Amino acid sequence: MELAQMQKSLQDYTKSLFLEGVLDSQFLQLQQLQDESNPDFVSQVVTLFFQDSDRILNDLSLSLDQQVVDFKKVDPHVHQLKGSSSSIGAQRVKNACVVFRSFCEQQNVEACHRCLQQVKQEYYLVKNRLETLFKLEQQIVASGGMIPAMELGF
Amino acid sequence: MGVDFLVGMANLMHIQLTLEPELKLLYRINAQSWKDINVDVNHKVESRLKLKFLELELKLLHCVKAHSWKNTEILTANVTRAVETIALLLVTMVMMLPTPSSSCSSSVVSLSQNPKSIRFDSFSRSVSNHMMEVCNCIEPQWPADELLMKYQYISDFFIAVAYFSIPLELIYFVKKSAVFPYRWVLVQFGAFIVLCGATHLINLWTFTTHSRTVALVMTTAKVLTAVVSCATALMLVHIIPDLLSVKTRELFLKNKAAELDREMGLIRTQEETGRHVRMLTHEIRSTLDRHTILKTTLVELGRTLALEECALWMPTRTGLELQLSYTLRQQHPVEYTVPIQLPVINQVFGTSRAVKISPNSPVARLRPVSGKYLLGEVVAVRVPLLHLSNFQINDWPELSTKRYALMVLMLPSDSARQWHVHELELVEVVADQVAVALSHAAILEESMRARDLLMEQNVALDIARREAETAIRARNDFLAVMNHEMRTPMHAIIALSSLLQETELTPEQRLMVETVLKSSSLLATLMNDVLDLSRLEDGSLQLELGTFNLHTLFREVLNLIKPIAVVKKLPITLNLAPDLPEFVVGDEKRLMQIILNIVGNAVKFSKQGCISVTALVTKSDNRAPPDFFVVQTGSHFYLRVKVKDLGAGINPQDIPKLFTKFAQTQSLATRSSGGSGLGLAISKRFVNLMEGNIWIESEGVGKGCTAIFDVKLGISNESKQSGIPKVPANPQHVNFAGLKVLVMDENGVSRMVTKGLLVHLGCEVTTVSSTEECLRVVSHEHRVVFMDVCTPGVENYQIALCIHEKFTKRHQRPLLVALTGNTDKSTKEKCMSFGLDGVLLKPVSLDNMRNVLSDLLEHRVLYEAM
Repeated sequence: MELAQMQKSLQDYTKSLFLEGVLDSQFLQLQQLQDESNPDFVSQVVTLFFQDSDRILNDLSLSLDQQVVDFKKVDPHVHQLKGSSSSIGAQRVKNACVVFRSFCEQQNVEACHRCLQQVKQEYYLVKNRLETLFKLEQQIVASGGMIPAMELGF
Repeated sequence: MGVDFLVGMANLMHIQLTLEPELKLLYRINAQSWKDINVDVNHKVESRLKLKFLELELKLLHCVKAHSWKNTEILTANVTRAVETIALLLVTMVMMLPTPSSSCSSSVVSLSQNPKSIRFDSFSRSVSNHMMEVCNCIEPQWPADELLMKYQYISDFFIAVAYFSIPLELIYFVKKSAVFPYRWVLVQFGAFIVLCGATHLINLWTFTTHSRTVALVMTTAKVLTAVVSCATALMLVHIIPDLLSVKTRELFLKNKAAELDREMGLIRTQEETGRHVRMLTHEIRSTLDRHTILKTTLVELGRTLALEECALWMPTRTGLELQLSYTLRQQHPVEYTVPIQLPVINQVFGTSRAVKISPNSPVARLRPVSGKYLLGEVVAVRVPLLHLSNFQINDWPELSTKRYALMVLMLPSDSARQWHVHELELVEVVADQVAVALSHAAILEESMRARDLLMEQNVALDIARREAETAIRARNDFLAVMNHEMRTPMHAIIALSSLLQETELTPEQRLMVETVLKSSSLLATLMNDVLDLSRLEDGSLQLELGTFNLHTLFREVLNLIKPIAVVKKLPITLNLAPDLPEFVVGDEKRLMQIILNIVGNAVKFSKQGCISVTALVTKSDNRAPPDFFVVQTGSHFYLRVKVKDLGAGINPQDIPKLFTKFAQTQSLATRSSGGSGLGLAISKRFVNLMEGNIWIESEGVGKGCTAIFDVKLGISNESKQSGIPKVPANPQHVNFAGLKVLVMDENGVSRMVTKGLLVHLGCEVTTVSSTEECLRVVSHEHRVVFMDVCTPGVENYQIALCIHEKFTKRHQRPLLVALTGNTDKSTKEKCMSFGLDGVLLKPVSLDNMRNVLSDLLEHRVLYEAM
């Protein structure tokens, strides 16, 4: 594939992510922080996010499957996930977490289950998309090109 | 001497007694036979005898009276002489008699010789015998005397019988009667009568010659009779008054008994009445239901007083009529009404007593008259009603006595019964009791009604409160959501624009980017203000003071407005007073907002004409509203800005409404230009915060208007411009090289991001993931500590206190900044209270971080950050 085309498709893909609301401006910030002294900043952060989130989601599933759900344990997990996702810029995950938290406060087990499903869904989506994004970037870098700066027009 | 006297008396009496028959005899003789013999002589002798006898008697009496013994002696002598004379006479008589007896003559002869020696009684006896032998001619006179005697005899006998029978009768009847107080009186009286009878009885024997015993008995009886009768007479003197008094006492007692009977009757009736009243009261007061009270009253009254009909007339709602509400006998009374102003009704209402009224008055005619001739008497009494409405207490006494009901009571017809006083009293008492019971019922009804009303109001208030709460919650939720949702794109715009600024640009591009940045930051500010209107209204908004160039501000505003003005062909002129200070201290952002709003309004509402903006320093109080005094203090001054336009103008009446939120004047021109109506309201709030005042003057519609505002600004000595982190006019490349900072965040991802940010800015970053680690690691080399306070709990804030404790001297202590997900008032207050120097909203943009850091390091305190 031509470099320019790859770059274009990367741009389009990224744009689509933003348009869909999967990512928000925070992701841009992250990308901004990536420079020569810190070339893999974004991927590092994202990888860490994936690890963290997997762990948290597992814990959440376990907690919610208990006979008696201890919301005092569930809430911090959700809070963590929310923080992480907002730092990354995973907007939809973060929003789902916000909803999850409110149901936690109400101690509504059914709704929490549903929220958990939602969060997982969003998380896997963003994970998927980001992985694709990174692949594209790698391809570009491998081809010797520069990852273009984002142009955004809302 | 007394004994002698008595003996002498006895002798005399004896003589008299003995003489008497002789004398009587003599008389008889004289009367019968001497006529024949010699009338003259008879007469003489008779008269002489009579004289002598009378003399004798008189003397005797005298003697007896005078109790004189001497005279008695004389008298005795006289008597003897008299006897002598009598003897002589007798002798003479005898001699003259045709055939004197021998014995007689002998006695006479002896007597004439010696008159004193003779025993008179034998002499007289013999004489009398002789006489009787001789004088046969006496007998033919006997039957006539004998008849009288016989009658006397019979009368005496009957008197005696009567005298004996009276006591017997008395005894008999007294024995029969139970009460006779004076028995001994009766005995006395009986004795008296018996003795009288005895006397009369004994009298029967004395008609003929009788023996001395009879005379004795007679005397005894007489004496006794005399004694007893005197005693009785004396006793009666005492007894008759007593008997009379008994009679009077009896009369008195009878009167008393009658009086007591009357009183008893009175008391009994009163007691009856009292009992009735008590019973009625009990019945009436045992219920609080108005209808039951009235019905019970009528029933009980009817029963107690045996009434034919009993009715109650209540005043209608209007108070002009009385309506028949309750009756005793009729089950469903027809709805009669009578006007309340009838004279009979006024009469009854005028007094608290029961009043007798005519049976023909309208209130008493309850049933059609069925031919009864004599209608029973009718009485009416007033019953005061308590008229309550919401417990009006002010005029309680008057209100409570103005309304009356009328109770009418009718006695049975054709019974000739009258209303007694005690019955009327009963009726009055009952009326009073009914009034009291009714007022209680009225109060109860009223309080129930008030309670129901209150409950309703409570319910309504509750609903309203809940609605208000829901509305507030909805608004807060909306604000909270929009807060974030609106900021996000703004961040993107600002961030990217600032990023763009740092790339290679042509001068035109740079200008464009700068404008975009300025506008967007303005827009961000505006959004903040709109979203924070609640904070404005709370009064919790604070100005961000800073030093800025006033002249430049005005020019910027004009630059912003110029494009629109040019399009509308409205020239704008700016006049800055020469004494206007250049560098001032105040809230630049908000001041710009105010000026922009006003100038924008001027442009919006003008179709033609020039718009002039004048800025000057107000020294004196010219044309300021009366409640606003301009005082120029040392380092402050009041800036006055006047914006004059020749546009649509405003009706003076609408001016007060201008500054209200969302209010707009109704003209078409303004409508078409849109606008939220918030501008002036917000401007006014800001002006007020700046201790100023804003007002609008207009001569009328179509004559343009002038907007004027004064604000207090501080005069700054500094001439340099320090950047307040909302309008980054020039990008600052502040070097934070080598700045040691500490980042504490439990969330690994956030930690990494924050670290990346700071590293990009050139800081030397240490990261810790827990509070303990933070405390361990922190040292005086770290200039800033960023701590994440998202996680719920107070431990994160505690660490600030610990750090404060650890570093006692201020210049050694690192600056503390909190990273948090929300920047509401409570969070900020919390941070302040725990001694944090600043608050940052996550996620932080690069520029934000940069500005924050520079600000922090410069001022050592951060007021507010996004």
